[in-house]
Formats: sequence, C-alpha cells, structure tokens
Amino acid sequence: MISSQAQWQRFTPRQRLVRFTWYLGMVAALVLSLRQIEIIPEFLYDAPEQVADLFSRMWPIAWYYYPTTVHAAMMETLHIATLGTIITLFLAVPIGFLAAHNITRSTTVNYLAKLVLVSSRSVNSLVWALLFVAVFGPGALAGTMAIAFRSIGFVGKLLAEALEDAQPGPIEALQAAGAPWVSVVTKGYWPQIKPAFWSIALFRWDINVRESAVLGLVGAGGIGTALESSMSLFDWDRAAMILVAIFAVVMIAEVAVTYLRKRII
Amino acid sequence: MTPDAAPNRGRLVAIGRPSWTGRALWAGLALYVVYAASLLDITWQRFFAGLGHGTVFIGRMLPPDFTRWELLVSDLAESLEIAIVATFFGIVLSLPVGLLAARNLMPLWVTWPARLIIAVCRSFHPVIVAILFVKAVGFGALAGILALIIASIGFIGKLFAEAIEEISLKQVEAIRASGAPFANIITYGVLPQVLTRFIGFCTYQLDSNLRNSTMVGLVGAGGIGGTLFAAFQRFDYDFVCAILLAIIAVIMIAEVITTRLRASFQ
Repeated sequence: MISSQAQWQRFTPRQRLVRFTWYLGMVAALVLSLRQIEIIPEFLYDAPEQVADLFSRMWPIAWYYYPTTVHAAMMETLHIATLGTIITLFLAVPIGFLAAHNITRSTTVNYLAKLVLVSSRSVNSLVWALLFVAVFGPGALAGTMAIAFRSIGFVGKLLAEALEDAQPGPIEALQAAGAPWVSVVTKGYWPQIKPAFWSIALFRWDINVRESAVLGLVGAGGIGTALESSMSLFDWDRAAMILVAIFAVVMIAEVAVTYLRKRII
Repeated sequence: MTPDAAPNRGRLVAIGRPSWTGRALWAGLALYVVYAASLLDITWQRFFAGLGHGTVFIGRMLPPDFTRWELLVSDLAESLEIAIVATFFGIVLSLPVGLLAARNLMPLWVTWPARLIIAVCRSFHPVIVAILFVKAVGFGALAGILALIIASIGFIGKLFAEAIEEISLKQVEAIRASGAPFANIITYGVLPQVLTRFIGFCTYQLDSNLRNSTMVGLVGAGGIGGTLFAAFQRFDYDFVCAILLAIIAVIMIAEVITTRLRASFQ
C-alpha cells in the first residue's frame, strides 16, 4: 500500500458513503427478515415426502381431461386476456393523451392522469378480480374487467412515453396548415406511434395470458376455475394436465408475440 | 422492389390514402369483440346491473376501517419479509442459472437445460406456484418465499442471460489470453460489464416480489393476502378498503426507495 501518494479512486467519498449505507440497509433488512419470519421446521422435514407424493399423484397426467374440460376453459382464458387487452387499449389511449405533457399542456391534468395510471398498476390483478367479482358476480365478465383495469397503467404509461417521443415536425406542419385537432392526432401522432402502440399491445397481451390463468382462483373465470376445482378435490393428475396446458399456451403466446413484434418494428 | 423502397411506400399509404388491409384488421377486431363478448356472456344488461352493485359496494367500503391496525401491520411486515428473503435467495440462485443460459459463454448442452428452467419458472404465475409449495411445505410464509424465489429465478435469470449475451467479448478474450482460469474470466471479464443492469433487474424484481407477496396469502402462503381474502369472504368491505390502501401505500413507498437505490448505483 502506498499511502503518501494521491491515489485514484473510482467513486467520491460521498458516493462510497451512500453505497455503504445502502449495503448496510440491505443486510440489516435481510437479517431482520430472516429472524422475524415464522418458518415451522416440522413442515420442512417431511417436504421431500410431500413432493414425492405430489408427483406420484400427478403421474400419469390425465390427458383425457383436456377435450372434456380444459380446452373450453383455456379458450375462455384466452378470450378474457384478448378482450381485456382490447378494452384496455380504448381506456388507456385517452389517459395516455392526458398524461403526455407535449399534448396536454397542463401540469395538473398530467399529474392527475399519471395518478390514475399509477393506481391501476399498484392494485394486483387478483385484487381487481376480487373487486369485480363483488361488482359483476363470478364469471368471465369480472375477469375481463380485472385484466382491462390492471393493464391501463402499463399501456397508458408506455403510450404516454411514446407520444412524448414523437417528432414535433409533422405536428407543427399540420397545425400550420390549419388541420383540426382530430386530423393532427390521426395524421400527425398516430403514424408515428403506430409501431410502438401495437408492440405495447402485444407485449401486454402476452403478460395478460399469464395473469388471466390465475383469475379463476377468485372466481373470475378461465382455466383458474378448473385448476381450483381439481386441486380442492385433490385430483392432482387433472391439475397436472391443466399446468401442462398453461405452460404450452404461455410458450406459444410468447413465440407468437416475439415473431409479430419483429415484423412490426 | 428495392429493400429500402418498401417501408417508404408503406408509410405513404398509411398517411395518405386509406389502407384496406388496415381497415380489414379493424373490422376483424370489432367482429372478434362481438364474438368473444357473446361467448363469455358479457352483455350490457349485466354491465349496467353491475354498475348498480358497484355503487353499493363502494358505499360499503367507505369509510375504511383501520381499527384492526395491529393485524394489518403484522401482516404487512410478514409480506415485506417474504419479499426481502425471496429476492435475496432469488438473486443468489439466478446468478448461476443466468450464467449457464448465456449462449455466448456456454455450450449448447448447458444452455438448453438452463433455458428450460427459466421458461418453466417464468410461465406460471407466482400464486399457482405458491399452491404447489403449500402442498409441499405446508401453510405459511415458507411456501410464499419459495414461490417468489421461483418467480425471481425466471425473471432475473432471463434478463441476466440476455445481458450477458450482449457483452463485448474483447475483454473476455483478453483475460482468457492472459491465462486466467474460468472463474476469473467470469468475475473480471463478464460481471463488470453487466453489473449495473443486473442491479436494475434486481431492484425491479424486489418491487415485483413485494406486489406478489401481498397476494400469495390468497392460497395460504403467508402475508397480508390471507387476511384480505378472509375479509372479502366475510363482506368486511371497510376492512378490505383499509388493507388495500395500506398495500398501495407500502408498494408506492417501496417504489420510491428502489428508484433511489437504482439511481445511487448507476
């Protein structure tokens, strides 16, 4: 160690202090959580047995269950995800316009729109589903609305960002030519944000396919309902069939979305 | 047709004349909405009846009932603990999985199993995974922690592998040329290039785990979700409202903290 010479250091003392405080905070949070959390060791001892039991009950997978029940439930899930995404697009576009500061030139309105977007994202899709089951009764309508309301925040935020990134040139040209507001939006903004819009929609649809698979656990329709009933009847071979179906559909959706996004962008 | 003429022509059509393929797509979308709505038994009648229920529902939620705040705080603390512990172990486990899944460092027979693990971890919602863990290790926080560890491996592992695949291989080559063993190639050639992005993924996953740790209780895997679901089933809507407000407040505070964390490590 050479102490007399000035040494180059990557971070300023202040930066190092800030980082050190973060490390300390993270370690403290972890230690505190590990000490506080209640884990019952007796349950852990027979976990291997339980897992072995689970897999032995899951095998052989009840393939016969697919045509009778799983297929219809899976289609319902896909419709919930798709319809929910379409409704979201209609709800999120106006809020996205209100949240984009280059379109709506009022900080208060921007702030209010952003508040709507943040609160949509902060409530989990399962909570939205619980709320809508209480409002519309059990079924796919509650699930569709839950997916729609949950996605507004995501779609609206990304849409507002895309609108804020739009080139002002074509917009100014249209305004200078005396185009009405509707034409400015449809001929100025829309062509510029179109790729981003469809890419956001596809991305959210992919997420929604995953999310809509659990909505049935709280009675909001789709494959979750079938999963819930086979699990509460301890029909693990049927549950395994449903899990395999979910895995397959999620994989197909991801491949399809990746392919379509490449074609759009 | 030259390759660069095609996008220009497409743009001209989009701005100037109406595009028939575009119109057909919109019409198809409208037809699909009608078809799917009829299939799911979504009618305006049900919708408007629901709006009536909705006002009654909101009326019963207000004012929020915070009298059982002790239960609320202890449950929220458990959710936080689940999120923190799960994120820690999730990060520790996703490092090797992500590294093994990077196609520019590993041979094909290593990346395939690693990518399969990531795909399985990613495709199931944490709540479904939590059900399976409740069966394996019983009710309680442990099942929630394990479920969120799985979710973390899927998310961080995938993004970590993608980040490694985008690194510059020159530094790796230089370190390899100096005769460094494999472990040193990773620590000095690969990790410094992806560390900032890795911290970004981890803080994002902490946020996401916190959101989901409030939900895994729904299936008995610990945290505030169980209390929330019980309150719903007992029609204690004013307590439900209090729980929801508390969850939203905690999530927003956590988001502010993780944004700051990310900023100070950039």
